[in-house]
Amino acid sequence: MTAAITSVPVARRNVGSRQLAGTGTLLRFNLRRDRVMIPIWVAVTALLVLSLPGSLESVYSTPAERADIARQMLTNSSLRATYGPVFSDSIGGLTAWRVGGYAAILAGVMSLLVVVRHTRDEEESGRQELISSAMVGRRAPLTAALLTALVANATLALLIAAGLAGQGTSGALALGLGIGGVGAAFATLTAIVAQFTESARLAKGLTGGLLGVAFVLRAAGDSATNDGSSALTWLSPIGWLENLRPFADERWWVLGLFVAATVVQGFLAYELAGRRDVGMSFVAARPGPPTGRLGTAGALAWRLQRGSVLGWSVGFLAAGVAFGGLTKGAADLVGDNAKTREIIERMGGQSGIEDAFLATMVGMFGMVAALYVVSSVLRLHAEETSQRAEPILANAVGRLRWAGGHLVIAFGGAVLILLLSGLGLALGYGEELGPLLGASLVQIPAVWVLGGLAVLLHGVSPQLSVGAWGVAGFALLVGWIGPALDVPQGVLDLSPFGHLPKLPGGTMSWPPVLILTGVAVGLVSAGLAGLRRRDLSA
Amino acid sequence: MTKASPAVEVSGLHKSFGRTHALDGLDLTVETGEVHGFLGPNGAGKSTAIRVLLGLLRADSGTARILGRDPWADAVEVHRRIAYVPGDVTLWRNLSGGEVIDLYGRLRGGGLDKGRRAELIDRFELDPTKKGRTYSKGNRQKVALVAAFASDVDLLILDEPTSGLDPLMEEVFQRCVEEERDRGRTILLSSHILSEVEELCDRVSIIRKGRTVETGSLADLRHLTRTSITAELAGAPNGLARLPGVHDVDVQGNRVQLQVETDKLDAVLRSLTESGVRSLRSTPPTLEELFLRHYEDEAVTR
Repeated sequence: MTAAITSVPVARRNVGSRQLAGTGTLLRFNLRRDRVMIPIWVAVTALLVLSLPGSLESVYSTPAERADIARQMLTNSSLRATYGPVFSDSIGGLTAWRVGGYAAILAGVMSLLVVVRHTRDEEESGRQELISSAMVGRRAPLTAALLTALVANATLALLIAAGLAGQGTSGALALGLGIGGVGAAFATLTAIVAQFTESARLAKGLTGGLLGVAFVLRAAGDSATNDGSSALTWLSPIGWLENLRPFADERWWVLGLFVAATVVQGFLAYELAGRRDVGMSFVAARPGPPTGRLGTAGALAWRLQRGSVLGWSVGFLAAGVAFGGLTKGAADLVGDNAKTREIIERMGGQSGIEDAFLATMVGMFGMVAALYVVSSVLRLHAEETSQRAEPILANAVGRLRWAGGHLVIAFGGAVLILLLSGLGLALGYGEELGPLLGASLVQIPAVWVLGGLAVLLHGVSPQLSVGAWGVAGFALLVGWIGPALDVPQGVLDLSPFGHLPKLPGGTMSWPPVLILTGVAVGLVSAGLAGLRRRDLSA
Repeated sequence: MTKASPAVEVSGLHKSFGRTHALDGLDLTVETGEVHGFLGPNGAGKSTAIRVLLGLLRADSGTARILGRDPWADAVEVHRRIAYVPGDVTLWRNLSGGEVIDLYGRLRGGGLDKGRRAELIDRFELDPTKKGRTYSKGNRQKVALVAAFASDVDLLILDEPTSGLDPLMEEVFQRCVEEERDRGRTILLSSHILSEVEELCDRVSIIRKGRTVETGSLADLRHLTRTSITAELAGAPNGLARLPGVHDVDVQGNRVQLQVETDKLDAVLRSLTESGVRSLRSTPPTLEELFLRHYEDEAVTR
């Protein structure tokens, strides 16, 4: 009788006491593995935010100008959708408005990469089994992964708070903590998603999709209201950041939402993780067919990439419809401010504000499509380094045929998703189907140049090919932030997107399109020539 | 290509990765129709040599011919007549084993013999409907083995193909290799399982630090090594230690243990019979001893 009573707490203690054993060691190990990626990511994000006050001061030098731009940005629903409402015309307030949301997205992407890398990636590769067989508690790997992401986000928050302190300490602290808070909330959200799929790639894709949903919810909410009070905005962690109102009478209680989301989601992730086996997920793998119809390297490439092509297609079409629908509101802009007009023109072109807005959106889709093309080309890298390319190439398949299958999907898929974004914009806008499809096609040469660069880097050395992400990220940052700031033209020119005609609305200009296409063809050819000559990596 | 020409002919092959000389003048000849064992300690360069033969790596110098052709320049043509099983098979997470087997067959051109495929899946007890990572290590090897044995090729290149297989499946594997040999196919078998090599291989090459140190039939190689003898004699042994080629003599009363180089066996037996033999146990050199000699050399020179 007494044995039965005492055995309960003993059993409970056995389950509970050492669950976190080894967390500290794993955390140090994770930080060591990420010693390059996290510092670079944190530094780029922080610099993005910290470089803004200087640029804003040079573009809008007087308080009157800043008040003017703030008023106009606040009255225009499309611009509110893109950047959120302006709550303060101080330098700090404009900084938070202009880059806060984007820095938060970067923090969210960092969290999702870090958390998947140290949870699902480790399980999928089988490394987790070795770790778990050591003196490591059941909950230690997930805890260490989340702590790694929290350390990274806390560092980012502190850097931003310290760097912007000159604009007002409480505002700087609020912005830093808010951006870090979005990162933390997405860290635990990623931990939940990672419990549902056995594939690290799918976990990243799904969480990336949720990040996109968070952005769209905030954009939709802000296009409807000018004070961030829409329910849609409140559904999005990125919306919480603007509702924290850094540099505009901070509403500190909003930080509680980040804490609550992080904690509740983290609790859920632990509950889910505790109910499944290592390497497994809640969506059990179904048996496949005993015989197969795949017969070519190209068919295999399609089979491996079709899910990702489908995801990007749906995302581009939906985002196109959403932004197309916002276009009409762009004309609300009180167009009597030369500076504003100049910014809009530099972002999108000379003619009507609606066309300028559409051209900006088309350009944005182009830059995001570059991320698709790079990820698709880098499948070659993944296949090669995981040793899956080796048996394919030991068959009667030449290297060009093997690479060709993936490249057709990468470069053709870029055309497909851009056309879908153009179609979506036209559907949402309600007119200009032809011009919008044409404008989307004009983005292709620049997208292909970045894809070609990835092919070249992979052809020279698979280790280098990851650098294509850096180049695509640079093009994206220059495109996002560059036009509003006084970035030298020489820097803007480094991005292939800077050379494209601004369509719709601008005049079509063939030389840059043809030259960029030629550059892309050259890069791909050189990359394939390199691939044929080099050793396959072991 | 005449029947007499070797399936694989490699001479003076060099390959470096940075400062590491993976292959340092490797020679290897695999005659058509034989099962050739390819042995060497870890890191000796076996897999590098195989990857050069598959045209995945390009040799720095030396010549390599496979089925009479250049492995780098004629890779695709050569691969139509080759099946390869790596030591560590990686599969795609979302493809079933059956799909991968058929994919490999079709990529080679011509597909697989359906009857043979079904028979092999049955013999290896493989579930072809499972996907990628749900297979154990041994089962992933089976996927590649079924694809290789069910294909109609002239040369099988097997790089430690049985890692992870249980002893029953190891047995099935050995039967399959014998069947392939009986069909006149050539097999290059890199392996650490010496009983497997001893059972299956007509000839072996032993490599160390990227260089071939022994090559020949097992009988040839045995000739180069020592037979160990344990004998119970009627009287005291007489002058055994002075005989040429005798090593490690251990005499305890009338009982003697010694090692003798196999080609000096005659004199030793004569000397033993002079003293009168009560019992005699002679153990031929195993491949293991042969191999360990090279391992030990490796350990000493290191």
